[in-house]
Amino acid sequence: MPVILKAENINVYYGAIHAVKDVSFHVNEGEIVTLIGANGAGKSTILKTVSGLLGSRGGSISFLGENISSVPPHKIVESGLAQVPEGRAVFLQMTVEENLEMGGFTRPKSGGRTRLERVFTRFPRLKERRCQLAGTLSGGEQQMLAIGRALMSEPRLLMMDEPSMGLAPILVEQIFEIINDLNRSGSTILLVEQNAQMALSIADRGYVLENGEIIKSAPADKLLEDDDVKKAYLGG
Amino acid sequence: MTFVLYLINGVSLGSIYAIIALGYTMVYGIAKMLNFAHGDVIMVGAYVCFFAMSSFRLPPIIVVPLAAGVCAALGALIEAFAYRPLRQAGSLAVLITAIGVSYLLQNTALLLWKSNPRVFTSIVGTDVIKISGLPITYVTIITILTCVAIMAGLTIFTGKTKMGKAMRACAEDKNAASLMGINVNVTISLTFAIGSSLAAIAGALLCSAYPTLSPATGSMPGIKAFTAAVFGGIGSIPGAMLGGVLLGIIEIFAKAYISTQLSDAIVFAVLIIVLLVKPAGLLGKHAHEKV
Repeated sequence: MPVILKAENINVYYGAIHAVKDVSFHVNEGEIVTLIGANGAGKSTILKTVSGLLGSRGGSISFLGENISSVPPHKIVESGLAQVPEGRAVFLQMTVEENLEMGGFTRPKSGGRTRLERVFTRFPRLKERRCQLAGTLSGGEQQMLAIGRALMSEPRLLMMDEPSMGLAPILVEQIFEIINDLNRSGSTILLVEQNAQMALSIADRGYVLENGEIIKSAPADKLLEDDDVKKAYLGG
Repeated sequence: MTFVLYLINGVSLGSIYAIIALGYTMVYGIAKMLNFAHGDVIMVGAYVCFFAMSSFRLPPIIVVPLAAGVCAALGALIEAFAYRPLRQAGSLAVLITAIGVSYLLQNTALLLWKSNPRVFTSIVGTDVIKISGLPITYVTIITILTCVAIMAGLTIFTGKTKMGKAMRACAEDKNAASLMGINVNVTISLTFAIGSSLAAIAGALLCSAYPTLSPATGSMPGIKAFTAAVFGGIGSIPGAMLGGVLLGIIEIFAKAYISTQLSDAIVFAVLIIVLLVKPAGLLGKHAHEKV
């Protein structure tokens, strides 16, 4: 399994605050890798740095063998990396279909219909609501839309920032099923989650973040059995 | 009958305000800033028309697109040099910069073209036609038609084209838009360019209807159009249109039936009343955000 994403010694600052400290990790093709940790541990910051929204001081990020550390976000998307942003961030004043269209912004117009139909097959609910404004959707539907939108760019790597946030337990399960399903059909996924139990149960490997540092990295099943992880993140 | 005539003239003046207001509202929508230099772009556009017609004897069909092109480039330049470096700065810094750019444009115009007013030759002649007995100038008709065409064009652009939709996406969430692969800087530049080219068209129409041109020509219509944009709900394209047309009608009626001197005061009084009742403007909406 070739390495698809490799981050080495990334350091991110918010003003004087050192939010991410010397973080290194990698994702292999076909894997689900999860970054777990408490609120404020630096998980989202890491994703934003990989997608180019934030800059790293020193260190390097390579995606498909290319150094993307100083590439602007819109170019990174073009190279095959998509993100489901924190809090979904769907375009509320645009219709479901327009949102999906925006997801495929970097792709040629010719395959647009096929890509759209593929997303609609995966999420029939979105097809029913294709002409509705995204702002009128429920939280779960918005999350599906955010995932569908990211899939519209046919990414080689899909990064997801807290997809379960703010959803009812039944929807959380549904979302994780979708993630698992995406992975089985060939997507490589980097998943950031506070819900460590769920994330580790579907992931291949996991990294544990604390105060901006990676304190543990291991196969997911090992982390599920790890005493420290159990105590801190799995409720005993 | 005079009532109908006043109404038509009001709609025509309002159409000019509306075309200018579109520039304010589009830029506000995407860059969340009030571009107070927008009014002076009208003046630059009118001067380009003036010199193209008087010195180079170009026909209006070339003059107006030329002025629109020059102002589009000017708008994009202003954004790149004055506003882009302040993208992360507070809104007060941006506002002051915009006022500075406004002074820069006016004083450069003063330096280059002097303060004496020029007599602007109408781009569509000064002919008057009678429509069921009412004397209506060509300028009036062309202004209203241009406004309708611009509105239709913008509606199609923002609703149907990829770039127009990208513009709406950027207006809503710039980070999310860039995660879609949209180049936010290019989209903002394009918005300034479109708004400024509309200002140039408005300048040509304005000076055709009121044929004196000086470096201060753009400031009062600029302020009124800004008022129109707020009146209609800033950020909303149909709002700018509605606000502009209503403002024009109110102004002409106030001049005709109440007092010429008080007309501007009445216009602004109406604005205050509307904002007291509907703080977001007539068609403005407060976005409901789900967390």
